[in-house]
Amino acid sequence: MSAAAPVKVYVPRDAAALSVGAQATAQAIVAEAQRRGVPLELIRNGSRGLLSFEPLVEVATPAGRVAYGPVTASAVAELFEAGFLHGRPHPLAHGRTEEMGYLKTQERLTFARVGITDPRSLADYLAHGGYRGLRAALALAPEAIVEAVTASGLRGRGGAAFPAGLKWRTVVGAPGAQKYIVCNADEGDSGTFSDRMLMEGDPFVLLEGMTIAGLACGATRGYIYLRWEYPHALEALEAAIGAARAAHYLGEDIQGSGQSFELEVRVGAGAYICGEETALLESLEGKRGQVRFKPPLPALQGLFGQPTVINNVITFASVPIILEQGAAYYQHFGMGRSRGTLPLQLAGNIKRGGLVEKAFGVTLRELLYDYGGGSLSGRPIRAVQVGGPLGAYLPESQFDTPVDYEAFAAIGGMLGHGGLVVFDDSVDLAAQARYALQFCALESCGKCTPCRLGSTRGVEVLERLLAGENAPRQEALLRDLCETLTYGSLCALGGLTPYPVLSALNHFPEDFVKPVRPSVSA
Amino acid sequence: MSSKPPRRVIPLTVERESSLSAAEESAVVEVCGRLAGLGGALLPILHGVQRALGWVPPAAVPVIARQLNLSVAEVHGVVSFYHYFRTTRGGRHVVHVCRAEACQAVGGRGLEAHAKRVLGVEFHGTTADGAIRLEPVYCLGNCALGPALMIDEQLQGRVTAARFDELMQGCRAAAPGAGS
Repeated sequence: MSAAAPVKVYVPRDAAALSVGAQATAQAIVAEAQRRGVPLELIRNGSRGLLSFEPLVEVATPAGRVAYGPVTASAVAELFEAGFLHGRPHPLAHGRTEEMGYLKTQERLTFARVGITDPRSLADYLAHGGYRGLRAALALAPEAIVEAVTASGLRGRGGAAFPAGLKWRTVVGAPGAQKYIVCNADEGDSGTFSDRMLMEGDPFVLLEGMTIAGLACGATRGYIYLRWEYPHALEALEAAIGAARAAHYLGEDIQGSGQSFELEVRVGAGAYICGEETALLESLEGKRGQVRFKPPLPALQGLFGQPTVINNVITFASVPIILEQGAAYYQHFGMGRSRGTLPLQLAGNIKRGGLVEKAFGVTLRELLYDYGGGSLSGRPIRAVQVGGPLGAYLPESQFDTPVDYEAFAAIGGMLGHGGLVVFDDSVDLAAQARYALQFCALESCGKCTPCRLGSTRGVEVLERLLAGENAPRQEALLRDLCETLTYGSLCALGGLTPYPVLSALNHFPEDFVKPVRPSVSA
Repeated sequence: MSSKPPRRVIPLTVERESSLSAAEESAVVEVCGRLAGLGGALLPILHGVQRALGWVPPAAVPVIARQLNLSVAEVHGVVSFYHYFRTTRGGRHVVHVCRAEACQAVGGRGLEAHAKRVLGVEFHGTTADGAIRLEPVYCLGNCALGPALMIDEQLQGRVTAARFDELMQGCRAAAPGAGS
């Protein structure tokens, strides 16, 4: 027995897994193996995305990887006793990971490697199909790369859903001495964590996607603008950039092609508005993150006034598979004008929260109940906020809406970055509406008046409405103010804050009615 | 000899701030020297200063401005724009409690109230023993395992009131000089 090859055991180093004790679990496994004299190879993978099972420990067996979870440090000795290194049964065992219901029916294109590979290992990335997209791109003319991205139907995954190929083409055609590729990794929407999971779990795919963008657009410098709240992602990206540079996948003369691309990570400083592309560019330039007027488009005058491609993490990370498998393969997934897949994030009061990558067209109800298993509290789901703090609160009657940019627009919502925040029936939607306005006031960059002042006035009007001070008048005023925000704001922060406010008011009006107090004379 | 102090001459250059210690000032100058060559260097520099000193002292602003050839107003404007830069001293550990919707949906508001009560501070405040500074944050990307918080750079999920107290005890025990 002791001469056997060490068993491979996977314990995620993903921040969410660490937040519920994965580090202690990993240490306990190593200690227990030593105590028993069992040879063991510990691999720190990304998360599979079944976050309610974290720390999710996997053991490589001849039949494939077998999952156990949640495995706390205190359960480790017992698992060894039960023979988990041979994939034997235990109350925490879930059988083969790939066969778990949550994973089996997903369509993982962008997240194909997340949770499977060691994110610190370039060799592992290459062994799992990494950099094949770049190889394909290096054999193509820049126009052909742009054409592939255009034909794939890929739209910006950050929220605005602008066709990526069109943006790239604009940069290709723009004159400029130094073009830039900028990755928006300022994932600030509550309920979203797909960027974080991808950067921690498969950082190389982001590097590869950005490098392909650089080749396509003739840009030799790139920046990843990462929020400070993601220190684990920073570590993963820095390590990946170092490894990629050492192996000539970044830097000068990439893989002997004569092309070069330099990449650097910059860390934000806690301003939600910097997720807006022009505010992000200002911030990268070392300034206050204030929104710019458009035009000029960043594609023509972006970072330091130069033509700039700016896309979200998931957008860039979806590019390698398009180049590797072809535009038609990617385009084949999805519905209507929403092509490909979207990594959705189940968050808030949900029993089985986590990451579900599906082709467009899956309904909210399937996500909430088939994958999510209903609310964590066991109470009925009353509302779901889709698309972050600027997304609408949707009632049960809209749960059959398919995940599709146009379908969401049609119901007065938006898909945004694909986060679903679930609330049970204890939620007070008036409090959520007030929070939305307070958040807008707190995070407003101050450049335009509707957002800067309207958000604060909105809080005041809403508070008067809730206090029952001439409520019909206050409601009319609030709706009027929301119209001003929608049409008068410079960017999406002010422009979309009415979504959560009005959806709460329209779908849950009972929460805005002052409870009738017994009259004093009675 | 007269006992009157000599008349003060108003310098033509920006007056050097006196409240930074020599060590602090040299740390700020070092960070600037190391990073000033970057395009858009100000944010990396402010991060560097906060890492070195634990905060961005107002007195560091003119020093940074001089190093980058910017006006004091420009640097101050950037420091004050970003929530992450701390312009008051305090706290051996910084605890960021998430206030965003996904955490609200699983009791985040209760955790926030508990944190303020047991620490005896409001947001941006530091406990009387100087061990813990409490800050709000809007999303830590741990939205499926809320309520979440971050202690320095350590993320925590599913934080109950009892778990919070345990974590704070850990902070105090880990603090240098906090004898217990």
